[in-house]
Amino acid sequence: METRFKIAASGTAVDEAGLKYDMSDFDGYAVETALQLNEKQGPGETVVISLGPDVVQEQLRKALSMGADRAVQLKAERVPTDGLVIARALAAELKGGAYDLIFFGRQAVDSANATVGPMVAELLGLPCATAVSTLDIANGRGTARRDLEGAAEIVEFALPAVVTIDEGMPRARYPSLKGIMAAKKKPLEVKPAQLGEERLTLEKMELPPERAAGRIVGEGPGAVAELVRLLHTEAKVL
Amino acid sequence: MQDFFDIDSVLSEEERAVRDSVRQFVDERILPIIGDCYVEGRFPKEIIPGLAELGVFGANLPEEYGCAGLNNVAYGLIMQELERGDSGIRSFASVQGALVMYPIFAFGSEEQKKHYLPKMAAGEIIGCFGLTEPDFGSNPSGMISMANEQPDGSWILNGAKMWITNGSQAKVAIVWAKTNGEKSDKSIRGFIVPTNTPGFTAKDQKGKLSLRASDTSELVFQEVRLPKDAILPKSGGIKSPLMCLTQARYGISWGVIGAAMACYEEALAYSTTRVMFGKAIGGFQLQQQRLAVMLTEIVKAQLVSLHLGRLKDAGTFTPQQVSFAKRNNCDIATDVAREARRLLGANGILAEYASMRHMANLESVYTYEGTHDIHTLILGQAVTGLSAFN
Amino acid sequence: MANTFAFAESRGGALRRVAFEAVSAARALADASGGGEVHAMLAGAPGIASLAGELGKYGADMVIVVEHAGLANANVEALAATAAARIKAGGYRAAIFSASAQGRDLAPRVAAQLGVSMAADVTAFELAGDALVVKHPAYAGKVIATLKLTGSPAIVTLRPGARSAVEAAREARVESAQPTSDPGASKLVVKEMIVGGGTKLDIGDAPVIVSGGRGLKSAENFKLVEDLAAAFGNAAVGATRAVTDDGWRPHSDQIGQTGRQVSPELYVALGISGAIQHIAGMRNSRTIVAINKDKEAPIFKVADYGIVGDVIEILPVLTAAVKEARAKG
Repeated sequence: METRFKIAASGTAVDEAGLKYDMSDFDGYAVETALQLNEKQGPGETVVISLGPDVVQEQLRKALSMGADRAVQLKAERVPTDGLVIARALAAELKGGAYDLIFFGRQAVDSANATVGPMVAELLGLPCATAVSTLDIANGRGTARRDLEGAAEIVEFALPAVVTIDEGMPRARYPSLKGIMAAKKKPLEVKPAQLGEERLTLEKMELPPERAAGRIVGEGPGAVAELVRLLHTEAKVL
Repeated sequence: MQDFFDIDSVLSEEERAVRDSVRQFVDERILPIIGDCYVEGRFPKEIIPGLAELGVFGANLPEEYGCAGLNNVAYGLIMQELERGDSGIRSFASVQGALVMYPIFAFGSEEQKKHYLPKMAAGEIIGCFGLTEPDFGSNPSGMISMANEQPDGSWILNGAKMWITNGSQAKVAIVWAKTNGEKSDKSIRGFIVPTNTPGFTAKDQKGKLSLRASDTSELVFQEVRLPKDAILPKSGGIKSPLMCLTQARYGISWGVIGAAMACYEEALAYSTTRVMFGKAIGGFQLQQQRLAVMLTEIVKAQLVSLHLGRLKDAGTFTPQQVSFAKRNNCDIATDVAREARRLLGANGILAEYASMRHMANLESVYTYEGTHDIHTLILGQAVTGLSAFN
Repeated sequence: MANTFAFAESRGGALRRVAFEAVSAARALADASGGGEVHAMLAGAPGIASLAGELGKYGADMVIVVEHAGLANANVEALAATAAARIKAGGYRAAIFSASAQGRDLAPRVAAQLGVSMAADVTAFELAGDALVVKHPAYAGKVIATLKLTGSPAIVTLRPGARSAVEAAREARVESAQPTSDPGASKLVVKEMIVGGGTKLDIGDAPVIVSGGRGLKSAENFKLVEDLAAAFGNAAVGATRAVTDDGWRPHSDQIGQTGRQVSPELYVALGISGAIQHIAGMRNSRTIVAINKDKEAPIFKVADYGIVGDVIEILPVLTAAVKEARAKG
């Protein structure tokens, strides 16, 4: 994410001047996972869907450049704050799709809620494994690892299923230049998103309080004694 | 680097996507290793498959030959991003694309194109371009390498080439030689020479203080026998290799912008964190002047190359315009690199900073593919009609 | 007067600290809205009922105990169905879950089943009429968003550690309940639970985190980081993305924008340059110490205390000094 970061004058959005949108890291892993599955166990279609204003088309095309087969934009003036509203719009689109697997990133890197994926699964009545760090699909069943705090679960489920993708899954490939050229010819459908009323709304955005300036205590091993003294007497953490 | 003049707004979405993809590759696969490669004097061959998969070789050649089929602005952006990494990496790609694949595409038979181009795009066959000779650099027309046709249609090639990028790792060399004893440059033809042909040797030139992460070799041809189909049938005269150079020079005009951007970004970041006399050095007037001049020249160079790329795509560009761009952009890039190095102070001499490596590399780029002075004379002749070459 | 619901997370037959945080938060909400009870849901294998009293300590008036052999491992579908059914039947004003790994998995399902919106990963909340106003860190912690949640019940997940569990003892009465859906019929099955080796402290729970980056030069040198963690006694070992990408440390140890977000009492950054990616994961630590050989490294901008030098040289000296300081007590 960019270093330059300001709150816009409205107080309810980030100042977008000079900022570029990019595919969320987790979404990138999700696209990559889908592509690899179809490459290894194909043939199969990889469809990418995004809900939002026209600027999302660039990211849809990036996914097409990576190798996805077609894209759908559910057009909305802005991405809703309320995850349930997003989930309902996506579920409406996904319902007739006969998908074997529906992948989400674990969470959006900006809004950081991690709610849409499991909500969509509930609305579609599908099993859902969230925040998986490994995934194996064989014979219509999936096995995944979910990291917990200080532990991990191995879960199993039958397809069709919803899976949200976490760190540990393969990194997104670079769109090859041929892929970028081929993406131009792949279908990108634009449809209006069916959005309901939002019950979670954004009132305000503010910067967190500044940390007080710190200081360099010294150089080399010789500074350790002073550091430990400060941690004991000043910071009181030792 | 901040897009100060909003040049992104006049690039297409594909062009930006291409640039971003190559940039990401360079950031992740080249930058972490290139400082060490430069110090060791090693070209990182291990990135060749990755570069090939990305599709950078001959990227502006047609899809039917296994290439990406990009326009010339996208091609330029690729060169810019590669050289943001290192001029040696970009030189590798320039040679492969503009000096090996392009002559086969422009002057080769359909069989030669179908046989070589897809494999070269895939990085399976690496090539080099043999034009410059030990005694004939700025004046390639004076070359003495000679290929004599035999009664059975084969050729015997004798001679030597020098300063050949990729020479020692190439499977194939595009060699330009005069033919059948004729001293005139009209007799020059191009040949595809497999480097394992008996009589062909390639040896790396040692002791370089520039382009260290690149293979630069001498080629020697002693009674090298070439089959009839080794010749590039549509090649003829000095014009043929010069057309290749025009392609390469175009890419170079973009490439050096990348090196300049890398140096500028490094200097700018350093200036905001390096504190001296109680404040960040970026707040002192002399450093701000350095940065302002760097920014100005980089933006101007970008606009020159961008416009040139659009003219090239429209088919209306001229070699003299390419000389203009190569000359200007190499010149400003060497200045930007030097000024960045100076802003970095003592730290600027260390290999962990990029500026001095770029500075040293750019001296080669200033000199090769037509020295700065030669391009000056090309422009001089273009505007006055008078040749000042001798 | 509507009551407040809290989900009490347990694992392996023991309550997790986040369970107390959730109950405590529910207690605070109930008190702020002028009364009403706090009802905590506790689910697990038979025998889990014995833990109900602990929830009373943090303010639960009633504990809904759901015991079933099929709930020995977290059975998210059965838990979601049961929680949703109880929340609906009880007409609760709000339902508080932790934003732990389990909570993040569970709460959205409950919300979707109930057809209500939810606020995730919340660090503070207060009532505003019929709505709940919450604070939520967004953009990798660079921004604090204030959000308003309307509708009933208000479902919220609470960021672990954002609000301490506060004791407010009540006599918690126990009500037994059956799971709403058959745990054996769940479509997502936990095949295996892998518990982190030995006494290895999780970075989400540890008051001290010692974290290593590329400056450690090799996977082997992480032994020095582990030694420092051992010297502190209550420390976990974290890592940067660069180092987990290289395979030196597991992904689950990654602290950063796409990894874990932590806010310990003390964060020690060893050989970490301070890329934005990483800072996003630890910027809310109470005290930050950085050791790096580059004086200009961005990490020093967020650190409270820094030492410039070779982390490999300094670590053994620091470990010895910490051991001594702790021994002196």
